Amino acid sequence: MNHSAVSSKSTLGQQWQEFWFYFSVSKTAVAGLVFLVLVVFVALFADVISPHEPAEQYRQFAKLPPAWKEGGQMQFFLGTDYAGRDMLSRIIHGSRLSLLAGSIVVILSLSIGVLLGLIAGYRGGWLEILIMRVMDTIMAVPGLLLALVLVAILGPGLLNAMVAIAITYTPYFVRLTRASTLSELNRDYVTASKMTGASSTRLMFVSILPNCMAPVIVQGTLSFSTAILDTAALGFLGMGAQAPTPEWGTLIAENRDLILNAPWTVTFPGIAILLAVLAINLVGDGLRDALDPKLKRS
Amino acid sequence: MLRFLINRLMLLVPVFIGVTVVAFGFIRVLPGDPVEVLAGERGVSAEKRVEILANLGLDKPVWQQYLTYLNDVLHGNLGVSVKTNRPVVEEFFELFPATAELAICAIIFAVIIGVPAGIIAALKRGSKIDQGIMGISLIGYSMPIFWWGLLLIILFSNTLNLTPVSGRLSFLFDVDPVTGFMLIDTLLSDEKGSFLNALHHLILPTVVLGTIPLAVIARQTRSAMLEVLSEDYVRTARAKGLSTFRVVTIHALRNAMITVVTVIGLMVAILLAGAILTETIFGWPGIGKWIIFSIFARDYYAVQGGLLLIAITIMTVNLIVDLLYGFINPRILHQKNKS
Repeated sequence: MNHSAVSSKSTLGQQWQEFWFYFSVSKTAVAGLVFLVLVVFVALFADVISPHEPAEQYRQFAKLPPAWKEGGQMQFFLGTDYAGRDMLSRIIHGSRLSLLAGSIVVILSLSIGVLLGLIAGYRGGWLEILIMRVMDTIMAVPGLLLALVLVAILGPGLLNAMVAIAITYTPYFVRLTRASTLSELNRDYVTASKMTGASSTRLMFVSILPNCMAPVIVQGTLSFSTAILDTAALGFLGMGAQAPTPEWGTLIAENRDLILNAPWTVTFPGIAILLAVLAINLVGDGLRDALDPKLKRS
Repeated sequence: MLRFLINRLMLLVPVFIGVTVVAFGFIRVLPGDPVEVLAGERGVSAEKRVEILANLGLDKPVWQQYLTYLNDVLHGNLGVSVKTNRPVVEEFFELFPATAELAICAIIFAVIIGVPAGIIAALKRGSKIDQGIMGISLIGYSMPIFWWGLLLIILFSNTLNLTPVSGRLSFLFDVDPVTGFMLIDTLLSDEKGSFLNALHHLILPTVVLGTIPLAVIARQTRSAMLEVLSEDYVRTARAKGLSTFRVVTIHALRNAMITVVTVIGLMVAILLAGAILTETIFGWPGIGKWIIFSIFARDYYAVQGGLLLIAITIMTVNLIVDLLYGFINPRILHQKNKS
């Protein structure tokens, strides 16, 4: 018992080592990972790091430019908005909301999608037809439009925006998992564990599921970055997080009228979105290359 | 070919029904009582209420209401906009050319730059040029396009004063809408300078909407080219002494085209979603801006109709792409027919 636990641990360690070997080949992927870890750190310790309260209005310092510009002040490094709120602090606190939104969207759509995909692939029959046709329907409407319509039903707000976006991402996970399940279903190891009397649940979750995870993980990373973009887009359109919540897209929307007077209030939140999404995409590309068996052989 | 077409059409039927169920359900699950919305603040008596419900067909069971709705849809009746009192279909098709023009320009922009960029990156694999092209395309792919649009407005419209901020044509021109495509209409009209003006209005929205497709096309073209370039027949062509230019243009590009057509098919949904943001930023009078306006105005019949018509547009374009795909790559056609 003890022995087998140790051996399975060491293979896990080996797998991890092998994965890291392939992942670290790409310097850009590692750079993306480092930046992403930094953003997570900033988000976790936003209260300690940010120089001001995100909602605090320093009226006498309204529309102050960034520190390196003429008239800028060091205490408001990235300038202030129309109400004299510190942009840097708002962006730092915004990282929390964006990362949270991205994570929740991925967790929701991934878990529901994988479950439905497994069931569709494993059970087949009318259940599979039903699930797949519903997914086709969701995919027939552009994601952002469907999310907008769902938010119109649920009411604007960050939480509803997350749920709506998660629904539009689910089909991709269902399709991936179903395809992998179908290809794994006839493998010898599945037949073998069926012969030994494993239950359907055990077959689905213990035998088949782990072997479907590689493409799902890659899709999960890609969805994480698009989820941040879509959350920001809904916030920008006024259907996501509501002002004065410092969500990145909402920040851009509330300062949109200042684009002539105080362009920094629009530029910096956008740079934050771009860098975070870019870092996640770099990690995603690295993950895909490291997990893709085709590349491994060469 | 005909069998292929029929097969494809049959596959669309369940999706079409699914979309009509979603559009039908949308109005039903919205919070609020339809009769009270119609009656406004005055309210209604109980008898009047029953009468209104019967008039709207809302007293019947839900499945019967759905069938009535489906029947209306199949006859091209998608209800009347509450705000403008005009049929939703009429409004949609009046605004559709503006979005189509923008989307077509965006995809042309993306293909003209993306395909050569992808080919060059593949040919110079691993070089600084390759890294540069792939780096830029990854940035494009990660771009929040609503912000990108605002950034371009700051730079080109406000600082350099090169392009207009919003709309399709300056108010100084009076051009008759013939096709709805501003570039064509201005050419047909005798207003001097109107074509150039329309072109100026198009530039920034095209760049903004085309950015993500451009990045995707460049990446896909590169990987498709890399695959093709390692094939035996390309090596044979090289061994025969053909120049790189001939190998690329004659042998490899045909296969790259397959990728591009596939990507364009996948892009339609992304373009229409992007159009919502792009049109909002640039005040472009198309479908995207209209549907956002309708959502905010609680004009739910317009939203319902727009949702359905956009889904149908995407299904139609995907069908056309599938057929094109069959033409470019005959193997697909035969495979599908056999099964």
